[in-house]
Amino acid sequence: MEFFKYTRTFNFMGKSKFAMIFSIILVLASYSILATKGLNYGVDFAGGTIVQVKYNTDAPIDSMRDKLKTNDIFSGATITEFGSPDEVVIRMKTTTGNVTVDIGDITREALKDTGDFEIRRVDIVGPTVGAELKEKGIMSLILATIGILIYVAFRFEWRFAVASIIALIHDISLALGAITLVGLDVNLDVLAALLTLLGYSLNDTIIVFDRIREGITNSRNINLTDTINDSITRTLARTTLTSLTTFFVVFTLFMFGGEIIHAFAFTLLIGIIVGTYSSVFIASPILLWFGFDVKNYHAKLAVKTKREAEKQRMRDQYESGVM
Amino acid sequence: MIQSQKLQETLLRKSMRMKLNYRIVIFALAIIFGIFFSMPSLLQMENGKKVTLGLDLQGGLHMLLGVKTEEATKSRIKSIAASIKHFSEREDILVDDLTFDESSISFVLLDVDDVKNMKVFLDEIDGSNVTLNGENFSLSLTDEEIVKTEKEAVDQAIETIRNRLDQFGLAEPIVARQGDEKILVQLAGIKTQEDEQRARELISRAAKLELMAVDEDRNARVSVMSDEDAREYGDVILEDAKNPAIKYLVREIPILDGSMLTDASMGFDQNNRPLINFKLNAEGAEIFGDFTGRSVGKRLAVVLDGKVYSAPNINERIGGGAGQISGNYTVMEAKDLAIALRSGALLAPIYLMEKRSVGPSLGADSIRASMIALIGGFILVIIFMIVYYRMAGIIANIALIANLFIILAVMSLFGATLTLPGMAGIVLTVGMAVDANVIISERIRELVYEGKSMHKAIEEGYSNAMRAILDANVTTLIATVILYAYGTGAIKGFAITMTIGIFASMLTAILGTHGIYQMLETRIAKSKNNRFWFGIKG
Repeated sequence: MEFFKYTRTFNFMGKSKFAMIFSIILVLASYSILATKGLNYGVDFAGGTIVQVKYNTDAPIDSMRDKLKTNDIFSGATITEFGSPDEVVIRMKTTTGNVTVDIGDITREALKDTGDFEIRRVDIVGPTVGAELKEKGIMSLILATIGILIYVAFRFEWRFAVASIIALIHDISLALGAITLVGLDVNLDVLAALLTLLGYSLNDTIIVFDRIREGITNSRNINLTDTINDSITRTLARTTLTSLTTFFVVFTLFMFGGEIIHAFAFTLLIGIIVGTYSSVFIASPILLWFGFDVKNYHAKLAVKTKREAEKQRMRDQYESGVM
Repeated sequence: MIQSQKLQETLLRKSMRMKLNYRIVIFALAIIFGIFFSMPSLLQMENGKKVTLGLDLQGGLHMLLGVKTEEATKSRIKSIAASIKHFSEREDILVDDLTFDESSISFVLLDVDDVKNMKVFLDEIDGSNVTLNGENFSLSLTDEEIVKTEKEAVDQAIETIRNRLDQFGLAEPIVARQGDEKILVQLAGIKTQEDEQRARELISRAAKLELMAVDEDRNARVSVMSDEDAREYGDVILEDAKNPAIKYLVREIPILDGSMLTDASMGFDQNNRPLINFKLNAEGAEIFGDFTGRSVGKRLAVVLDGKVYSAPNINERIGGGAGQISGNYTVMEAKDLAIALRSGALLAPIYLMEKRSVGPSLGADSIRASMIALIGGFILVIIFMIVYYRMAGIIANIALIANLFIILAVMSLFGATLTLPGMAGIVLTVGMAVDANVIISERIRELVYEGKSMHKAIEEGYSNAMRAILDANVTTLIATVILYAYGTGAIKGFAITMTIGIFASMLTAILGTHGIYQMLETRIAKSKNNRFWFGIKG
């Protein structure tokens, strides 16, 4: 079976202007959502308490609310359904430092008369730990970006690196926008998904870039637009295929992976779509716009080959001299 | 004619014979390794190294504890004060106004002749600054000593908590230092709420035993005294453990504390109620003997964690250094308390910074859900690859299956922890591991279209694809390594499975499939059936 048989080159770059405008609108929309709604930090980063309760019957949310009202410690607590009607999650901003009797125990005690239930999960994250996790999370995103920037600059050229980073920022922005739009809690798992997305989106970009690099090196054509169009067309089958297989598994994870893995899978789903799109329509055009000079690159390559040939000649001479 | 037919036959037979190459040998070894070492985990065998399930999958308690180190300095000051008091009583030195606050002690000697003796004693106390002004002494801890005390408090807390949990009877409790003054406690074996409660009480209990003298001169007025009043006399008001309404006025500086305890165990009194027997070391026994000898007719308060458990009358001098703590204990409580006392007191109180507790039923649900996702995604990918690539798809699937075994085997060998995000990482690996084979297959297809020979198409396909696959994998590795370095707990598990998955896929998807192609090369070339082998026409 073949999705894309290579018969002619598609003119991707011709449509890149539209794509760019489309992306700019999306990114701006994401940031305005972020600015108005704000990123919804979960307990991992904001600190607070989560108690997950499973009832034998449907959870009596109203009577749970009434019970929690009796104690000031629960002020601002929210109760939401978690996956199914018999399971709920109580979220609180408050935390307690007492090891023996913590806020989870207090919740258990408060809910005593609401029915037959089992407390399945208690997460308490104190404010200092939350702040630390947040700091570490942001650091890890920045460090990963820098590490990738350096590697791509070293393996390709600085313009490739900058183009891929802009594509990454585009992807992360859209993913964050989508997360905020549907109101998911941003916890450690979402951070992990964002970092995976970073790696995945970059994977895609690099496969395309590798073809472009190959096209530039091997062809005499110095028209970069042609080379890019050709490279994207030639990698199109692979891009589609890998995105599809990855999409399949993440989709099953999203559908069947359970409520706990939901935010993680959702972030990745969005990430796969925008990551695939951005490697074709964002990273490659930017390369073009940065004025990557094919002639100059050829000249540099020629010098490099010449130098290596010279070295080899010297070595041969030396060896034959010794012999 | 016959000759040439024979020749053709042998040629054919030769070409049908599959060529062995180093790649296929390595691949076969890797598969054997993968299957062999993943078996103990897969079949839950008794012997052999197995993957550890994370707390989020098997249920358990994870806590990050902080240590109130400033309290350690306070209690160090208090114990120095106690030793000054004991020294002066033994040497008959008259001390007046012995007071202490959070960081210093001051007192006055009534007799100038004792100054030298006292100075010698104080100079022997490590890490203290002693200033002497006439007969006025003041003593404080040096900055280095405070730092040292605080560090020791954390070390001691880790040691103590570990000791207590070891005796609690849980399988493999983890107690480790995290950062400068945080303690990570992970208990996998916790199955019920009661167990969790018991474990938390055991961990956090200060278990600070103090034997204190009741201030008999003023105790009658204790009900009308405020804490400030008591302080004026160098006393402190403590509540009774059973009945908070009963209060005792005791001397603030204890006679001795739990640091001189050598053993504690549960026993029963004459009414068969549980109690705790404790023994003191030689020094403690001496101090205890001296004190009881001097204080016949007065009461001795047995104070545990700031509450008076009993205050028996001293009828005679008590030698031997043994004592009892009685209270309204259940057998379980008494047992746990004895463990806590035996393991030593926490020099500084601990507090909860982070707690994650997962019930076993939730963990089981998570395992089930992620297994469904894994198997579902796996089947989808396998079918898709076969439909799209035919034989090349089957070869890629062999690599994928080998990949899963190798991930599990490596994780088992290193005793790595499989967490829920780790499961997600494996699921994701399934999707991404075929990527390398997709890239390679596409390259081979291209070359076949260009009319290259099968040998050329395979070799060039691999070498062309190599660069891209390598670069792509290295960048993903950068992301996962950083995730590992900065992630905590479950997230680290994700980084681990992803990293192992990347290396395993390099081995299986690049080297392994290359070996298979090399082995089948002549056969593929002979058959000329590109639809069967690569899913393309021609």
